[in-house]
Amino acid sequence: MERTRPIGDVLLQVDDISLSFGGVQALSGVSFDIRRHEIRAIIGPNGAGKSSMLNVINGFYHPQQGRITFKGQTRRRMRPHETSSQGIARTFQNIALFRGMSTLDNIMTGRLLKMHRNFLWQALWWGPAEREEIEHREHVERIIDFLEIQSIRKVPVGQLPYGLQKRVELGRALAAEPELLLLDEPMAGMNVEEKEDMCRFILDVNDEFGTTIALIEHDMGVVMDLSDRVVVLDYGRKIADGSPDAVRGDQKVIDAYLGVSH
Amino acid sequence: MGPFIEVVLGGLLAGVLYSLVALGFVLIFKASGVFNFAQGAMVLFAALSLVRLMGDDVGMGHYVGAAAATGLAAGFLVLMGWRRARPQTPMPAQARWTVLIALAALGSALAALHGAKGWSGWVAVPAAAAIMGFLAVAIERLVLRPLVNQEPIILFMSTIGIAFFIDGFAQTIWGSEIYTLDLGIPKDPMFLLESAFEGGILVNQLDIFAAVMAGVLVVVLAVFFQKTRIGRALRAVADDHQAAQSVGIPLNQIWIIVWTVAGFVALAAGIVWGSKLGVQFSIAQVALKALPVLILGGLTSVPGAIIGGLMIGTGEKLAEVYLSPFIGGGIENWFAYVLALFVLLFRPQGLFGERIIERI
Ligand SMILES: Nc1ncnc2c1ncn2[C@@H]1O[C@H](COP(=O)(O)OP(=O)(O)OP(=O)(O)O)[C@@H](O)[C@H]1O
Ligand SMILES: [Mg+2]
Repeated sequence: MERTRPIGDVLLQVDDISLSFGGVQALSGVSFDIRRHEIRAIIGPNGAGKSSMLNVINGFYHPQQGRITFKGQTRRRMRPHETSSQGIARTFQNIALFRGMSTLDNIMTGRLLKMHRNFLWQALWWGPAEREEIEHREHVERIIDFLEIQSIRKVPVGQLPYGLQKRVELGRALAAEPELLLLDEPMAGMNVEEKEDMCRFILDVNDEFGTTIALIEHDMGVVMDLSDRVVVLDYGRKIADGSPDAVRGDQKVIDAYLGVSH
Repeated sequence: MGPFIEVVLGGLLAGVLYSLVALGFVLIFKASGVFNFAQGAMVLFAALSLVRLMGDDVGMGHYVGAAAATGLAAGFLVLMGWRRARPQTPMPAQARWTVLIALAALGSALAALHGAKGWSGWVAVPAAAAIMGFLAVAIERLVLRPLVNQEPIILFMSTIGIAFFIDGFAQTIWGSEIYTLDLGIPKDPMFLLESAFEGGILVNQLDIFAAVMAGVLVVVLAVFFQKTRIGRALRAVADDHQAAQSVGIPLNQIWIIVWTVAGFVALAAGIVWGSKLGVQFSIAQVALKALPVLILGGLTSVPGAIIGGLMIGTGEKLAEVYLSPFIGGGIENWFAYVLALFVLLFRPQGLFGERIIERI
């Protein structure tokens, strides 16, 4: 694949992360890194801990052990609104859109962080902000064009078909102009055509905006096509890490997917 | 014609109070999807704090404590102002603590100097507002934050707990008798439109005051939620906590804001109710009257809350006056609920609520 932006230094370093829920060990001692401008796939069988990993990165879950270093800053725990102000945006495995709002409004919320920082203060005082609002609106319109969803701009997202909802969710994440974009199964439940569109959007985002992407996906074909490097999780442990081809040939990965017992 | 208008007007003015309480419900429901059972208790707490600070038979500690809380609240405002004015040079943590502690100390010192005497309304109202702010912070910290991402029903149940707690707590620290609240709001009845009708229309000045206050409150809230980015953030939070967090909305700040505003609305309702009928435990029960208002107006609509309250107030009075000769008195007690049931049959989302269409 020809790239306009070559893969750079480490953007996110995950170090020895362990996370458990009561008796369930969702992640144990997982380490890997994500480099600038790359598309990094995270794969593994159901319940392997992939979503948990994303939730740890964006601050929904707080690991019992381990460190995360993003843009050179190491943290133990951080809340989601803090990670998003650092430049991490995401989509969810089970679509989490604002169902009552239109497509446009959903994507606009993605720009809230870019508008005003301190909500508490804003509660007390607000200046004329029309011009700012217009700039944000223009940015959102560009995203809508990019994702080819002009026709559903005003439709409440609760009424949209599943595939389009996923697209709107991607749009909302893009609106924040993230440096790291976390996508949890962006193509689950889509038909072939929708998948192709989504693949194209992901590649374009990566290529045009240079956005670094971490992607969870079950469809191996998609993973092979899109990703630069792949992490494989199984039962909360990392069992392989490398190029798509190397990972595909790895015996441990094959066993994990075939359900061979350890 | 004159008597009819008098009944309608009396109903509208009585309805203002229902509207105020319902408004508190709507605000919290919109922002957090929580049906706040404690709104009535908050009205009681606000009114009790106010009336007791204005009276002179609580202990010195009460005055000093309330003054410290007010000083702290002022401190927070100062810090936020600083942050806004100089976003590039954040105040060091130690300086922040100094500001907070200094203002709290200043407040307590002033209260101590003033002695165990009642405060004027000009001081007591802001103090009661500050107390409602801290109540909001406490609720966010102790109840809402640990329950982030839980089902709405769980949050609802927790507000039942909050309601019982506030009821008891308010009466423990402030006392549980009936107190008369006198903020100097005129209470005398007066006649309107004497030229148009024979004998004019009899209204109470307090009711007029309440109506004006409710109107101002609604306008302020509308501007607050429409013209600030908070409006959008609020809707986002109400729709989906996780998604809201992921786009960078700090849930806890939003919740503190909303519960504080609901606390202010509770204070306004407490002032009206307390001036009219005295501050007493039964204030908390007014929340029950807000339920039919909410069903009528829809849980998510601010104008709905206002109009719903007015409709119920008017309906009650009209029914009482014109129907009781046929079906007996006491209609006021049940009319609201029957009206609400009737509305439920035809428009489950209320007259003004958003219709939610689920894809299955
Ligand atoms: N909030 C939670 N509370 C309790 N257990 C959880 C929670 N989140 C995840 N788990 C558990 O952690 C393990 C890993 O779950 P996770 O959702 O990360 O898997 P996954 O790899 O994303 O699977 P899938 O492909 O099905 O999405 C599972 O056993 C799951 O039940
Ligand atoms: Mg998952």
